[in-house]
Parts: sequence; C-alpha cells; structure tokens
Amino acid sequence: MIIFENIYKSFGENHVLHGVNLTVEHGESMVIIGGSGTGKSVLIKTVLGLVEPDSGRILVDGEDVTQIKRDAFLSRFGMLFQGGALFDSMPVWQNVAFRLQRGALKRPAGEAREIAIEKLRRVGLAPEVADRFPAELSGGMQKRVSLARAIAAEPEIIFFDEPTTGLDPIMSGVINELTREIVVEMGVTAMTITHDMTSVDTIADKVAMLHRGRIQWCGARADLAHSGDPHVEQFVNGRAEGPIETLR
Amino acid sequence: MILIVRALGRFCIVAISALGRLVLFALATLSHVLRPPFYPREFFNALLNVGYLSLPVVGLTALFTGAALALQIYSGGSRFNAPEVVPQIVAIGMVRELGPVLVGLMIAARVTSSIAAEMATMKVTEQIDALVTLSTAPMKYLVMPRVLAGLLAGPVLVAVADSIGIFGGFIVATQTLGFNPATYLLNTVNFLTPADILSSMAKGMAFGFIATLMGCYYGLNSGRGALGVGTATKASVQAAAVLILAANFALTAVFFTA
Ligand SMILES: Nc1ncnc2c1ncn2[C@@H]1O[C@H](COP(=O)(O)OP(=O)(O)OP(=O)(O)O)[C@@H](O)[C@H]1O
Ligand SMILES: [Mg+2]
Repeated sequence: MIIFENIYKSFGENHVLHGVNLTVEHGESMVIIGGSGTGKSVLIKTVLGLVEPDSGRILVDGEDVTQIKRDAFLSRFGMLFQGGALFDSMPVWQNVAFRLQRGALKRPAGEAREIAIEKLRRVGLAPEVADRFPAELSGGMQKRVSLARAIAAEPEIIFFDEPTTGLDPIMSGVINELTREIVVEMGVTAMTITHDMTSVDTIADKVAMLHRGRIQWCGARADLAHSGDPHVEQFVNGRAEGPIETLR
Repeated sequence: MILIVRALGRFCIVAISALGRLVLFALATLSHVLRPPFYPREFFNALLNVGYLSLPVVGLTALFTGAALALQIYSGGSRFNAPEVVPQIVAIGMVRELGPVLVGLMIAARVTSSIAAEMATMKVTEQIDALVTLSTAPMKYLVMPRVLAGLLAGPVLVAVADSIGIFGGFIVATQTLGFNPATYLLNTVNFLTPADILSSMAKGMAFGFIATLMGCYYGLNSGRGALGVGTATKASVQAAAVLILAANFALTAVFFTA
C-alpha cells in the first residue's frame, strides 16, 4: 500500500505539487490522469526518492520512504520512465536483464538472457531485437524495451509513466492487455500515468486526477463517466472549453 | 565601492561553496574505492578509454614537444657557450614538468570532456535515475571505475610521455645537432634522480584523478536539455585544466623546494 500524505514540491517559483493526498491499495491498479505539466511524473518519482518532496510523507506498507534502507526497498519496484531511459551503452537484452546481472538477483548470463528474451516477447518484440542497441530502435520499440526492463525482475510495485504514448493503436492494445495481466496474474500494485482513455478503460481499478498540484478527483473507474466534477468531465471528453485553462 | 566589495564577497562565497562541494564529491568517491560491489567490466572499459586510447595523442604531443625542447635548449645554451646541456635539460624538463602537464591537459581534453558529455546525457535522458531505480548506485557503477582508471592510467601515461619526449629530443639532438647517441643516453640516465621520476608519477596520478573526477562531477550535476550537456562539458574541461595546472604548481613546490 502506498500512501501520499500532503506532498508539496516546488522547483524554484514553479509550485508543482501542492498538498497531494492519495492512497493506492495493495494489488490495485491506480491510473493517474491530468494535464501536461501538472506533476504526474514528479509525483511518481517522489516515491522512488528521485525527487525529494519539500514536505509531506510517503508511506509504503507503513514505512516512511525517506527512512528506509534504499537497496532492498528499490528492488521491490519496477519503473517505466516516460522517455524510456534505456542505457544506450549496452544492447537491448542487457538493458532488460540489468537487474538480473548484478546484485542480489544475479544469475548466470545465459539464464538472464533467456529471461530478457521472454520478457521482450511479452511486449511484442522478436528475439532478434535482443542484440541491437537502443539507438537503433524506433521510439515505440524503445518504450516497449523499457517496459520489459521494468517487469523483468518481477517487482511487487510497478510505475508506468505513459506506457502507450508513441505506440500504434494495436500495440497500445497489446500493452494495455499486458499491464492488466501483470496486475491480475502477478498481483502487483501498479500506478500508471496515461493520457489515453482506452488505457484507462482497460487497466484501471481506480482513477485519480491531478490538477493544480492536488488530487482533484479520485474514484473507481466505473464512476469516471459520471464523476460530477467539471474538471474530470472536460478532461475525459477532451473539450477545449471548461474549468481547466488551456494556457499553461 | 560597496557594490564592488559586495560582488567580490558574493563571488568568494560561490567559489568556496563550489570548492566545498567538489571536495565532498571527491571524498565520497574515495570512500567507495574499497567497498563492494565492484564493477570490473566498467573498470576495464574505463581503463581502455582513459589509458590505452589516450596513448596516440599523448605520444605525439610528447614527441614533438621533446623535439622542440631540444632545439630550444641548444640555441639557448649556445648563448652562454653551454650547448652540451641538451640531454640533461630535456630529461629534467620532460620528466619534472612537461610530461605530466602534457598528459594532464591532453586527458582533460580527451577524457574529461567525453566523461562529462556521456554522464550529462545520461542524466538528461533519465538514465541516471533509471540506474538508481535498478538498485545500482551511480557513484559505484559510473564514477568509481572511471576515477580508479584515471588514478592508475595517469602515471603510466606520464611514463610513456616522459620516455617519448626524451626520445624526441634524442632524435633531434643526434640527427641534426651532432650529439653522440651513446653519450646522450648516458647523460640522460645519469642525470635523472629517483625523486624526478617519483614526482612525475605522483603528478600523473593526481592529474588522472582530477581529470576523471571533474568529468564525473560536472556530468552528474548537469542542467537539463542539450544546453545542460554543453555547459557541463565546457565547465568540466575548464575546471580540470585549471585544477591540473594548479596541482602541478603545488606538487612541484612540494617536491623541489627545500
Ligand atoms: N528536475 C526538475 N527541475 C525543474 N523543474 C522540473 C523538474 N522536473 C519537473 N519539473 C517541472 O515540474 C512540472 C511537472 O513536470 P512533470 O514531468 O511531472 O509533468 P507531467 O505531469 O508528467 O507532464 P506530462 O504529461 O507532459 O509528462 C513541469 O513544469 C516541469 O517543468
Ligand atoms: Mg510526465
């Protein structure tokens, strides 16, 4: 279970998070929606300690993330970065198997490679891709390699930062199904950021909308269509007019 | 007047706090040297890049510098009727000063810039963040192997530069200035003391450390975007070059005064 308690974060004059309160239950798939630049990526990064909140607390299974022993803690997480963040100095399979090649989860190179190829297959990539370098792949392929890396070590908690952005509709469908499968099969807790309403419909148990540094609305996916919140209304239906200003 | 003092004061504060951060970074790096995990593959890659691949440029600069040095000393020495000091002065000049300084500046140009650009790009594209989330400390995985490679490759490169520089002087002296090859070599070997060699190696080590450390420090602290990468690279080379020359002065003072 992940609990955000009153999280504030500013970058200089740019007040990004302004008292975020949110609870993600164990084994739940939480989807975060919200306008571009509202701080969705920043919010996820605070859990992993990549961004330090100015104030507030984050509890993971009751433990404060700032007090926790980092290595063991981080090995419970998988993260898909918005930009992929693949290591361009190593081939695709080593990217995917990174965690399996060193540290506590280390296994023989052959086995790590097998697992990498299996994970690549799950995200719709042929085994030939394994020996190419990230720079040789298309944007959508990089995204999927990154997804494979995030799930390779079978983490308990996974963050997906826009997993389907830049993918064609069919591949988006594949990735949405996969995300759903991972949550149901492996019983992981997932937090997904997306702008893609089809994704929301496929993968979300609950939806939270971030707006002006706060959680504007949070509820079950089924309630999204009749949330009664004009902000959510406008966002979900993609209308230019409404309470959310378009100049940001 | 007050404005000037205030500006000067502000500059000093910024400079001192920058230096403080650098020292902290250096100490943090050194504290990782003996603590596992170690990444041998990263280390050997770094050694290849810092050491082996620097050999051509280091060799060439040393060769030409040694050759020019011989010509200069011959013409300068002739003015007070002592042209025969060429082997001794070339040896002492290369080993004590020019060898280490040339190596330092060359690896600042070659190694510091490439480390800074690589790390800054990794930072900007969130690869550093990705490393952290994969339970791998950038200090250990990226910084330590490179700095260690700098510490080890520095003295070796300096030894190579010293030798090739002396060889460059030897070629010029024996081929165009009429020196006897055997006497030239004998004069070189007899004149150099263990302290000369030791100072040369110590400088190599210090400069290798500074060059790699600056690359890592500015790379990891890069700003965002392509502009951030460019600024980090430029700043790292400037800092490395200045610190190397300052350290050279300090080490010369330590070894050769009193
Ligand atoms: N390291 C940083 N330094 C300074 N500002 C930052 C940093 N990271 C994020 N920001 C700022 O925080 C704000 C929120 O960024 P964030 O990446 O979280 O947006 P987002 O909601 O994920 O948007 P998008 O949907 O476009 O990805 C932006 O204004 C951004 O400029
Ligand atoms: Mg984002």
